[in-house]
Amino acid sequence: MNDVLLSIENLHVTYRTDEALVYAVNGVNLNIMRGETLGLVGETGAGKTTTALSVMRLLPDKIGKIEQGKIYLDGLDITAATEADMRAIRGNIVSMIFQDPMSSLNPVLRVGEQIAEVLRIHNDKLSKSEVDRRVDELMEMVGLPKERKVEYPHQFSGGMKQRVVIAIALACEPKLLLADEPTTALDVTIQAQVLAIIRELKEMLNTSMLLITHDLGIVAENCDRVAVMYAGEIVEMGTVEDIFEEKDHHPYTVGLFGSIPDLDKNIDRLTPIEGMMPDPTVLQAGCPFYDRCPQRMDICNTEKPAEVMKGTHMIKCHLFSNVEKAANVEKVGEV
Amino acid sequence: MTTKNVDKTGVGKPDSRDYTKKRSQLKLIMYRFSKNRLAVLGLCILCVLALCAIFADVIADYQTMAIKQNIMNKLQPPSAEHWLGTDQYGRDIFARIIHGARISLTMGIGTVLTSLTIGSIFGALAGYYGGKVDNIIMRIMDVFLAIPNMLMAVTIVGALGGGLVNLLIAMSISSIPRFSRVIRSSILSVRDMDYIEAARACGTKDSRIIYKHVLPNAIGPIIVNATLSLANTILSISGMSFIGLGIEKPMPEWGSMLSEGRAQMRYHPNLVIFPGIAIALAVLGLNLVGDGLRDALDPKLKN
Amino acid sequence: MARYVFKRILMMIPVLLGISFIIFAILSFSPGDPVMMMLGDNPDPQAYAELTRELGLDKPFFVQYFNYIASALKGNFGKSWITKIPVFDEILARFPTTFYITVGAICLKVLIGVPIGVISAVKQYSIVDNVGMVLTLIFASMPTFWLGLILILVFSLYLGVLPAVGAESWQNFVLPCVTLAIGSAATLVRMTRSTMLEVIRQDYIRTARAKGASERVVIYKHALRNALLPVITIVGLNFGVMLGGTMVIESLFAMPGLGTNTITAIRMKDRPMVMASVLYVAFLAGVINLLVDLAYAYVDPRVKAQYLRK
Repeated sequence: MNDVLLSIENLHVTYRTDEALVYAVNGVNLNIMRGETLGLVGETGAGKTTTALSVMRLLPDKIGKIEQGKIYLDGLDITAATEADMRAIRGNIVSMIFQDPMSSLNPVLRVGEQIAEVLRIHNDKLSKSEVDRRVDELMEMVGLPKERKVEYPHQFSGGMKQRVVIAIALACEPKLLLADEPTTALDVTIQAQVLAIIRELKEMLNTSMLLITHDLGIVAENCDRVAVMYAGEIVEMGTVEDIFEEKDHHPYTVGLFGSIPDLDKNIDRLTPIEGMMPDPTVLQAGCPFYDRCPQRMDICNTEKPAEVMKGTHMIKCHLFSNVEKAANVEKVGEV
Repeated sequence: MTTKNVDKTGVGKPDSRDYTKKRSQLKLIMYRFSKNRLAVLGLCILCVLALCAIFADVIADYQTMAIKQNIMNKLQPPSAEHWLGTDQYGRDIFARIIHGARISLTMGIGTVLTSLTIGSIFGALAGYYGGKVDNIIMRIMDVFLAIPNMLMAVTIVGALGGGLVNLLIAMSISSIPRFSRVIRSSILSVRDMDYIEAARACGTKDSRIIYKHVLPNAIGPIIVNATLSLANTILSISGMSFIGLGIEKPMPEWGSMLSEGRAQMRYHPNLVIFPGIAIALAVLGLNLVGDGLRDALDPKLKN
Repeated sequence: MARYVFKRILMMIPVLLGISFIIFAILSFSPGDPVMMMLGDNPDPQAYAELTRELGLDKPFFVQYFNYIASALKGNFGKSWITKIPVFDEILARFPTTFYITVGAICLKVLIGVPIGVISAVKQYSIVDNVGMVLTLIFASMPTFWLGLILILVFSLYLGVLPAVGAESWQNFVLPCVTLAIGSAATLVRMTRSTMLEVIRQDYIRTARAKGASERVVIYKHALRNALLPVITIVGLNFGVMLGGTMVIESLFAMPGLGTNTITAIRMKDRPMVMASVLYVAFLAGVINLLVDLAYAYVDPRVKAQYLRK
């Protein structure tokens, strides 16, 4: 049995609006193993949500399009699947939690009904009482009193709404959970609670997770592996140790870590990364970080760097490809 | 980094992020409008209409063609001499329609300007002073809004008698609440902003604040509402004329042409079809332009 | 909830008073002498004086107004100056006709307008959508009475299948209802379409899709229920407007309803009749608005919560 649950190969996604063509995802490769949590970090606009939506095939109709690439989920070719196939696996094999709990729930339907819905869609043989029982179970699992299942979303606070969303997402015990900044819109204290629930359930059900966030702290606490995304490309990927403790990094990652204020240090100003992300309507020939990279070289503007592997650690940067090449040359020379 | 969208002369391309210069914003609005084919079509229709209204006398002499009765010529079908035929009094239908354009447009614009002015004054007072003044004015507007438009217009005209002035008054009254609302909400949206307080703190006079901040905000919705109001007014006037309470005969108002032509409708449908098309075209043009303006002013509203 | 209803009813009173004042004033200060209207061109001076006194027209304006309100509050809206019959007898006799036209038109308009609006939104930019949008634009720009004329031309005069005038049987109501319906259906289509489009963009629709729900369920169970809320309000408000605005249609089809009655009353300067007609329509409109708001609260749990708190 294959350990790889999700495999994304060379994914290119565009958005077509009246005014422009936006290149949202440009050649993303990533894998998620069974039971593991992959953190996907990057600034707003890097293409993280688009990647997740592509896995669910929920890109906005007629606007978003998977131009190229393949996505395999548990053996199934997502990119070639029919809509009927996708409906069968959405909510069932793969689920998604979205960023803003305030608007993710239908305001005119009771909360219990919204949880029951996903159960009924994928388990039409269940009797009404069985569905009810399962809804109660799920409510308790996420820490909500089951009596409240007859209430409406507006009667719940943000954190509680997000728990309902989690209950819906995990109701059918999916193999993969896509969590798009699940706690960004919540208070810090609630954040911790919600993440704890997600962690718990994940372990109980052995679910894999793609955790999208821009918060490196959350990544450190919850993820097994991390992928750093910039302007539609994965520029660095590795285990949490690789990313947090190794000394070699993509300059963007260095910038990200550098922007975090350090409690132990005494500084006058924060050090953000200079500049802004490149215009997504323009396809970059070279490395997308060229404009802002403090270590850029001429070749970075004209040629895309290759993905350089050092064990479990991947860095997509010309700085390291030379080292690699040099190291290889040395090795060859030795023989 | 975002300089890619600006050419050498500094004028931004349509999607440049240059929101500060007012002139380029106007250009932006006009650009968006011009891309909307339906809106441009509406504008063309309106231009034709306006030309007809302005040059009506040149196209067809009023007295001889539109008014003078010529029983010999009555109920002629469309021909080279009378493009749309003649009515039961021998009057040329085409000429009457052209002159009708002038009547409709003049009455319509007059009504809109009147209600715009009066409505703006009330709306400005309500928005600017707020509190009790606002309350009273809005309550009064609510009362007027509670009376269905036609009913109000019919009552006024019926009571005061016919004639252009009374009709204008009657039509204006229905539109006043709408304009006062537009102005009031423009003022309200700006009044409490911090930069207004800052401006006041610098000693800026109220009138200047209104001129510089409130007006630019308000112009967009005013124009959109004005076009739509004009469309409604033209429809209402023709409706009133149809039931005999509007423009008096023998003036060739489109609505009264319809009521006059009704009796002959069966065998001479041209009496009824063409004036109706004229009204529909005028209103259609105005609606298209109004919609186009609304989309051009705030593309986010467009679906 | 009962408190809210009570408050709303109370709020209608100043509005009705305001309306009564405005209309009374317009009618009282308009040129033309109602007494002359009733007695003819060269009335006998004594008969003139008597009638004037009888109708209370010799008293100052405000006295007349207060007298009117006073007796109205007791339920007496006076007798028609022309027919001498109590005004409400006439109004209530004519009301059914107007009511049937209005209700018929509203039902038709909803049955046509909502489905087309929904389909246009769901299949945005498709043929149905584009054709629909063009048609609604055209129909919304047409004067209703012209549409009525054309329909009369085709169905009454040419095809002879439907009557054009009168109100004897249900067939008489077909053309008036259809005429009224088509015009306002156009606006309803656009409204429904734009609301649906807005709703479909909401996050919870995405959640529903992420559950694997079929498109039908997403549209009907999730989107439509939310989109219909503002539509209910609009249709309800329109009811009141229609009641007041059927004048032109009733004229066109020569139907003995409230509209034609009001026009005649205005022409004849029959003040009590005009007052009663206008107030009746305004009152009904107010009640319908209230019912619509309550219906809205019933359907939308967020609003219901607000009202319960009040």
